[in-house]
Amino acid sequence: MAHLLQRVAQSRDTQAFAELFENFAPRIKAYMIRQGADPTTAEELAQETLMMVWRKAGLYSDTKGSATTWIFTIARNLRIDRLRREVPWQALPEGRDEQPSDDTAPDEAVSERQRRQRVHEVLETLPEDQHEVVVLSYIEGLSHSEIAERLELPLGTVKSRMRLAYQKIRESVEDLR
Amino acid sequence: MKIDHHPDESTLMSYAAGSLPEPLSAVVAAHIELCPDCAHEVRAMERIGATLFEVLAPASVGLTAGQAFAGAAPSLAATAAYVDTRPTASVLTRLLGGELADVHWKRLGFGIWHYPIKLSPNSKGDLRLIKVAPGQVMPDHGHGGSELTLILSGSYSDEFGTYRSGDLSDLGDDVEHQPVSDPVEGCVCLIASERKARFKDVLARIVQPLTGL
Repeated sequence: MAHLLQRVAQSRDTQAFAELFENFAPRIKAYMIRQGADPTTAEELAQETLMMVWRKAGLYSDTKGSATTWIFTIARNLRIDRLRREVPWQALPEGRDEQPSDDTAPDEAVSERQRRQRVHEVLETLPEDQHEVVVLSYIEGLSHSEIAERLELPLGTVKSRMRLAYQKIRESVEDLR
Repeated sequence: MKIDHHPDESTLMSYAAGSLPEPLSAVVAAHIELCPDCAHEVRAMERIGATLFEVLAPASVGLTAGQAFAGAAPSLAATAAYVDTRPTASVLTRLLGGELADVHWKRLGFGIWHYPIKLSPNSKGDLRLIKVAPGQVMPDHGHGGSELTLILSGSYSDEFGTYRSGDLSDLGDDVEHQPVSDPVEGCVCLIASERKARFKDVLARIVQPLTGL
């Protein structure tokens, strides 16, 4: 995916963009629906996300993470903006990564792929109670308090499950270094 | 800047997920700007989101890339890739719509001033600046729900240590503490609470013994 983004950035390649669109629009729409958007809004937000990808492709650098992670943060921020009605500072997490960076080290993209593969493997093997809170947080967009309410758990239990999940993921990704 | 106190990992995860309530998210954003370690953690945590996002069952999309272009601004397809190299304003400046030095403080009680920050209409919770005079002892108070405090200048000390500029205190439920502000500089901080009513309770309890009401 990174090479498609680079083609979009460097030569405004509409064919590369069409491929990105086909690949990501259905997932972004699915994400927005899981976050609570109705299908029409979800499709609109998917379209807006990809238009943002087109405009900002020049800011993407694969030293900062994979193309998928970059596009995920754009989708996440658009959803926050829509939910909160245009609060300018909310674009921050993505904003941090938007600064153009130096040239990519050749093995960066590969190790990023490996890291993502590890994250995927650990997520698959998490105990169900930890996996559940992670999905509710990232995909359903629930705050810790909302998760606690939904699962009828103390807030502290939700937080400790999140921490346990992250510690496993971090350990496994650190092994790669 | 040496930072000793950071958000809980679960707080950073919720931030990376985009599910941290707005006021808490603002305080974390302001901390991350000062703390490369937490910024690094958040990037690693975003990778979790991307991984989950990638395996979602795709929804069918009626639109094609060509149609999306046609529906967008007329000349969008022809625009050059956008590269913004301007320095961006700090999170705090964006929150306040100006500089910290220009804030119009409101007096709450002896030695305490505050400045509430407006949240977006659909948001819950409370976000405000608090300024405490030097050497001010605050009454013992507990917290309901999550509360985050970022020190902007000066410092305060409590049972958990000393919090200086850039430090973030991430207190969960039922934590009781009795902060004392720096004897010389006092303390200015940005405080977010998940619950509005509860935060006012806390303020009332801070102010009440001082005003004798």
